Amino acid sequence: MERTATIAVLVENEAGVLARVIGLFSGRGYNIESLTVAPVDETRRISRITVVTTGTEMTIEQIKAQLDRLVPVHKVSDLTLDGAHLQRELALIKVVGRGEHRVEALRLADAFRARVVDATPESFVFEMTGNAEKIDAFCALMKPLGLAELCRTGAVAIARGTRHIAA
Amino acid sequence: MSATTATAAATTEDRSGAEVLLRALTEQGVEVIFGYPGGAVLPIYDALFQQNSIRHILVRHEQAAVHAAEGYARSTGRVGVVLVTSGPGATNAVTGLVDALMDSIPIICLTGQVPTHLIGNDAFQEADTTGITRPATKHNYLVKRSEDLAGVVHDAFYVARSGRPGPVVIDLPKDILIKPAPYTPAPSTPHRSYRPVTQPDPARILEAVQMLKRSARPVVYAGGGVINSGPEASRLLTEFVRMTGFPCTNTLMGLGAFPSSDPQFIGMLGMHGTYEANLVMHGCDVMLNMGARFDDRITGRLDAFSRGSKKIHADIDPSSINKNVKVDVPIVGDAGNILAAMIECWKQDDTPINKEAQTAWWRQIDLWRQKDCLAYVQEGKIIKPQHAVKRLFEITQEMGRETFISTEVGQHQMWAAQYFGFNKPNRWMTSGGLGTMGYGLPAAMGVQIAHPDALCIDIAGEASILMNIQEMGTLAQYRLPVKVFILNNEYMGMVRQWQELLHGSRYSESYSAALPDFVKLAESFHAKGLRATEADQLDDVIREMIAHPGPVIADICVDQKENVFPMIPSGAAHNEMILAAGQQGGVAGVTDEGKVLV
Repeated sequence: MERTATIAVLVENEAGVLARVIGLFSGRGYNIESLTVAPVDETRRISRITVVTTGTEMTIEQIKAQLDRLVPVHKVSDLTLDGAHLQRELALIKVVGRGEHRVEALRLADAFRARVVDATPESFVFEMTGNAEKIDAFCALMKPLGLAELCRTGAVAIARGTRHIAA
Repeated sequence: MSATTATAAATTEDRSGAEVLLRALTEQGVEVIFGYPGGAVLPIYDALFQQNSIRHILVRHEQAAVHAAEGYARSTGRVGVVLVTSGPGATNAVTGLVDALMDSIPIICLTGQVPTHLIGNDAFQEADTTGITRPATKHNYLVKRSEDLAGVVHDAFYVARSGRPGPVVIDLPKDILIKPAPYTPAPSTPHRSYRPVTQPDPARILEAVQMLKRSARPVVYAGGGVINSGPEASRLLTEFVRMTGFPCTNTLMGLGAFPSSDPQFIGMLGMHGTYEANLVMHGCDVMLNMGARFDDRITGRLDAFSRGSKKIHADIDPSSINKNVKVDVPIVGDAGNILAAMIECWKQDDTPINKEAQTAWWRQIDLWRQKDCLAYVQEGKIIKPQHAVKRLFEITQEMGRETFISTEVGQHQMWAAQYFGFNKPNRWMTSGGLGTMGYGLPAAMGVQIAHPDALCIDIAGEASILMNIQEMGTLAQYRLPVKVFILNNEYMGMVRQWQELLHGSRYSESYSAALPDFVKLAESFHAKGLRATEADQLDDVIREMIAHPGPVIADICVDQKENVFPMIPSGAAHNEMILAAGQQGGVAGVTDEGKVLV
């Protein structure tokens, strides 16, 4: 039985650390659905990687153990397993069109709470945050209305409530 | 900068990067480096020239430098150190690094690099060494700032020897080696991020001990983790096995962790393990895996592997647990600590021991032993390779000298594992995980450097030995009396065996054509060359080889058709072993699914 896991990894913010994590996934044949990384603690030089992966329970346990034994890794946390968590990604969506399509796109964007961050007489760029399903749904609706280009960040995630992870 | 501050800065602390590097190595206890010079590391060689605390051994190929450091490390329990130049120096070392990674050998490999301002410019002898070695090492570093240099060296040694040991690369741009660098001593504070668990959870220990006490058909399966923990762990393993009365089997990497002469030793297990060891693994009800990793050579077909047993797995690397085989009691920690805790717990806990069932278990094991699966027939003039190894073992036993054995990879390696007995840890160096032909000669060289008075023998095949034969030059230069004992069957024997059993005896490219005359080859490298072609010459050649004070190649011409048995064919289960002719008829069929496996 495969499941999806959202894993948070706190790492040293140093050269090559992302290559180690990605190399581990490719070298051992694990899936990466999405991966995001950014520094989260400048003074302690800590970055946080959020990786969404799928696999059997045994594979996901392996992924976590393999990540944990990388030298620059401070902490590995399986957010999916550890309880309720919030997961968000950001998307920029370019829709090109005129007339009725344009009006409909704007109406749907409003319903999905997507913001217009750029507009010309023939185009919009919408900015949207939410979980992957919401962005998928919005993009599906934009397709017949002139979806021209899409970029997404991949998921960032954090536990609900007082529970928190620290390096 | 004013003249006064410039003078103040130029104190004894303000030495070149190369000198700071050597100072850090010295602080880490390094006595020997195996290396090969080149443009990017000239500043280090210059610094080496001007000091006496670190000895440098000049090898003939960078791969051999790493294997020599592995032999040094594995026979002493210390960290082996390698020094190679940039580009080809570093890429040649990669095979050795992966070998050390697979077999968990602590190595520091210093690689030269083009100066920082040229990195990424495709400069002469530039290679992306940290990129190439990332999956080949436990960890690696590129030193970009002089102030990081000493700290990186200390960090690297800590990483190489802590937890599950492994190889670590430090890539050193030439300008960093030339510019002055500050020295910082090894830190006394814990590492920022890498702190492996070494003390086991007492609750798990209790659970394991009670499970073992209640068992009817127990087995202890011990691997290289016991050796890596240090000689004390082997002593504790022996104490534990004797106090429990359990049968004990060792993996290829674990040979010597439990004495082979002990009546409770049931031999090596796995693909070429003994009949009794594999059937014990297949039929046990509780298995204690101490520092082994359920490797595919051990388990055979996974879905048929010891299906009826509860499994306790003790390992220092949490990623080894539940990787291949789902276990019931995981214990994370150092083998020595775990064994000490288990011995203590065994004494304290009052769970009754299932004596009667265990007596019946031993009766069953003795029946399996009666199969005498390692029996062979030595008759006539042709030397059986098994006989050659057995006589080598018996003669070294008679002589009573401290003996270290290394091997290359193939049939001879398996015969060495089967017929040479090891009663102590750290006496057996072999390439287990990666299976690197050409490992044995340089490894023996490293062992001999660490143990100048010991008898160091590389049990080799005629194909493998040619992969690092150039190291005969190193033996000559440093007068290292390593003995190369070649079981010469004029075939890449293990390839030929698989072709015979799995590919309709089509011996595609496995014949060792155009071999050198090994006696003359030895002589051309200032060594002694000996040859045995008939059985009655064997003992004399072995004795002469051992008695000679310098390096020797003994070319033992053996039966060309002999195969290694028992054998669990690929894709088969432990109870589907093939035995030698006369012990059991016919060869079990191998499915295409099995043929896929290596």
